[in-house]
Amino acid sequence: MTTANLLQLCILIPAIGALFIAASTRLPNLREGVTILTSASLLATVFQLFRRTDVFSQTPLVLATPLPGIDFELHLEPLGLLFAGIASLLWLITSLYTIGYMRCNSEQHQTRLYVCFAIALSSTMGIALAGNLLTLFLFYELLTLSTYPLVTHKGDHDAVAGGRFYLGILIATSVGLLLPAIIWTWQVAGTTSFRPGGILDWTMAPAGVSLLLMLYAFGIGKAALMPIHRWLPEAMVAPTPVSALLHAVAVVKAGVFSLVKIVLYIFGPKLLLETGSHLFLITIASITIVGASVIALQQDNLKRRLAYSTVSQLAYISLAVAVLTPLSVTAAALHIAAHAFGKITLFFAAGAIYTAAHKTRVSELDGIGRRMPWTMTAFAIGSLSMIGLPPAAGFISKWFLLQGALIQPLWPVAAVLLLSTLLNASYLMPIVYVAFFRSETRPPHHEHGEAPKIMVIALCATALLTLLLFIKPDPVLRLAQLLTGGFQ
Amino acid sequence: MNHLPVFQVLLPLLGAPLCLLVRRGTLSWLVATLASWGGLAISLALLHHVSHTGPITYNLGNWPAPWGITYHVDALNAFVLLIVTTVAALTLPYALQSVNLEISEENRPLFYTLLLICLAGLLGIVITGDAFNMYVFLELSSLSAYALIGLGKRRRALTAAFQYLVMGTIGATFILIGIGLLYSLTGTLNIQDLASRIALIPASAYGHRTLITAFAFLTVGFSLKLALFPLHLWLPNAYTYAPSVVTVFLAATATKVAVYMLLRFSFSILGSRFVFEQLTLGKIMLLPSLAAIIIASLVAIFQYDIKRMLAYSSVAQIGYMTLGISLHSHTGLMAGILHMFNHALMKGALFMAMGAVSYRVGSVYLTDFRGLGRRMPLTMAAFVLGGLSLMGVPLTAGFISKWFLVKAALEIGWWSVTAIILIGSLLAVIYIWRVVETAYFNPLHEIEHGQEEAPLGLLIPLWVLVGANLYFGIDTSIPVDMASWAASALLEGTMQ
Repeated sequence: MTTANLLQLCILIPAIGALFIAASTRLPNLREGVTILTSASLLATVFQLFRRTDVFSQTPLVLATPLPGIDFELHLEPLGLLFAGIASLLWLITSLYTIGYMRCNSEQHQTRLYVCFAIALSSTMGIALAGNLLTLFLFYELLTLSTYPLVTHKGDHDAVAGGRFYLGILIATSVGLLLPAIIWTWQVAGTTSFRPGGILDWTMAPAGVSLLLMLYAFGIGKAALMPIHRWLPEAMVAPTPVSALLHAVAVVKAGVFSLVKIVLYIFGPKLLLETGSHLFLITIASITIVGASVIALQQDNLKRRLAYSTVSQLAYISLAVAVLTPLSVTAAALHIAAHAFGKITLFFAAGAIYTAAHKTRVSELDGIGRRMPWTMTAFAIGSLSMIGLPPAAGFISKWFLLQGALIQPLWPVAAVLLLSTLLNASYLMPIVYVAFFRSETRPPHHEHGEAPKIMVIALCATALLTLLLFIKPDPVLRLAQLLTGGFQ
Repeated sequence: MNHLPVFQVLLPLLGAPLCLLVRRGTLSWLVATLASWGGLAISLALLHHVSHTGPITYNLGNWPAPWGITYHVDALNAFVLLIVTTVAALTLPYALQSVNLEISEENRPLFYTLLLICLAGLLGIVITGDAFNMYVFLELSSLSAYALIGLGKRRRALTAAFQYLVMGTIGATFILIGIGLLYSLTGTLNIQDLASRIALIPASAYGHRTLITAFAFLTVGFSLKLALFPLHLWLPNAYTYAPSVVTVFLAATATKVAVYMLLRFSFSILGSRFVFEQLTLGKIMLLPSLAAIIIASLVAIFQYDIKRMLAYSSVAQIGYMTLGISLHSHTGLMAGILHMFNHALMKGALFMAMGAVSYRVGSVYLTDFRGLGRRMPLTMAAFVLGGLSLMGVPLTAGFISKWFLVKAALEIGWWSVTAIILIGSLLAVIYIWRVVETAYFNPLHEIEHGQEEAPLGLLIPLWVLVGANLYFGIDTSIPVDMASWAASALLEGTMQ
């Protein structure tokens, strides 16, 4: 099979899987079997891509030509491969977890959830493999639309209101800011293809470059830079598996991934450094890191606290790429992986707590570590990764980022990193502390132990991945270092 | 091949009395359907011919050009003919079941007769190369449209038709006065002849003032007919109270044909330099277009009758077409022409979905949509896809129109216009999503008779249009090439 076929398969497998899932709606066991099979074959396909040596030297694969001179095209580069790998690996684990969660909580409309999940993954693969801005925009919008039924899954008033917020902000920013930015880019550069070193040149005034960068930074609402971050906490009305995979991995990573790609392959480091536009992005990202952490401190709802933590962690990635040194770009790529593994663990744990104990608030978690030791240990590992402490993966990315900032040298960035580390510790560590070291203030509604086994296995797997990435970061590091070609 | 242009008009025109003669509802439907399919075949053949061997000129009764009536087919009207005949060929199969429910037995042959006359009129406007002949066809299509709207089930259809009659007649009269002034100035009615004689008039001569007056009358008349904001007041009522089939047909064709007339007179007769540089048509159209996009979309958000909501959305979408024209660039004009095609596809699909809902539920108030996501999944899925096209989501036809419009605005650096175009599509998100939320998240009505999905006779044409929305969002070569070709021909100011 040629590499081009593999690329097409990455998008087709989840899409076809969605059809089969929809067809097997009457047989829950078959339906869930199809889900697992689909995610496993997607992972196998992406793994095949990892092993190909010619994977980055392919000519772009044209799917259709909707507009004269501008195609829907797929083209793989290191960051895209990394993103596709993370999303497909975590989809498999999440599928296992979802089955446990949905059955145990006897949720309604399970088929719709699995179908939308598969379509969302298909769109995510499209974003990862997009060869130009138009293709990226297409799959970006598809991802928004296909996750809307997931956010509003419960169908009650809160869910519909949250969904309105979700769709409203994401569509408004993408149509209102991202689309004109893309058309503007096309008009200035004559192309929208991603090329190392960028496609924009010196014909643009520095003010124009800054404005365009701002259009992109805020137009990509999924990157959740302040003040476009409000959709993410609202999206937490979704069932926890959705929050875990989509709002900690696929959707938000699609946002920062797009931003990183645009900075590296559309603007190019040189243009941004010489016009000084990157300073805007650094400022916004720093404000978001600190601001979101402060808000997270005040949240009592566990999922909302995690959501604000996601906002803050995403801004790390935006910050890392905006610092624009080879080391910090490596950090951005690493943090996409590190945060994905860590945050999905935290969400899995939150879902397991909800399933076993029906608790959603931080203030109710006293002593829960004794009843659910595996879950809370995984939660502790995820927290370490968020804070950036060894032996969790978050440490490595933060290390690279700090080095990058000091080489530049950008002292304020280093200060922001320090401050945020303290803040992260102070909104996550108390949860671990009360879970293990404080005794239950009053007995729970019902006796409970761990959540169903399949959920515990899933969350232990992701926690293990978080540790593994610290011990053996080479595969990710190798891809991340390929990204820095634009700096020569 | 030789007589194809005249058959384009003759076929529905002869089909009309035949419908009346057969006197049976279903039989006259069959006649009308065959006539509309024949019309589609002819327009495809004409398009093929024009794109391969160039424009066709056909002298009616073999009378030579300036004296006799000439039919002239070039890139622009071949494209518009295709739009009109395609919509007709899809509307008629849809009509059978919808009409059986909404129109009384004895009126059905009359209904199909009127529909065919309306079709003949619209096709005649587009194909003719004679200004007065165009007016005759305009009256033909308008009069039959008034009667068609009056056939609506609710009694308010009559007032809506009367309102349209008054406004439409004023518009037609203005057009007639404009044509009369042009005739008094040049002594000819043939479009090519008019164009060449007007080109000879020096700017400073006395004729200039007559020309300006003629232009003023024509512009106001066309604006009334195409429902340019704020001359759109007839449209919401007419679309709301007309029978479902009539709304589908008129929404997808009538206003487009009026836009065509505006293009033909402005570019082919008066010449784009005269119209845009001396008479500043661009500036005249710009403000009403932008106002239409914003105000009509805002009004649409607050409608509870969804047909009326879509009618206001049509007013906004017409604003996009005239906006494209007012930008006075090749890209802008092309975007406007392209949007005529794409809007016919999306509004046709959306109004067909309305017809399907009203077939099962009886009316299309927002509250009627409760629980329809479960009860009529195919119809509502079609509505969602048509709505996505209206918002301009990628992979749909609406995205392509929007892309070229934004590009046209950016080319001349009009940021504020770009912003308004995009705000318009965001407003579309709001009014479409009101319906989607109601259909999918509100529970069913308590009083529920076990009616299920709409019949296949309605669903198939609906889904063909939805499929076209998706297809022309991916493979855009046909409409984009046609629109681009028509735009360059118009800008050259000749009937090429």
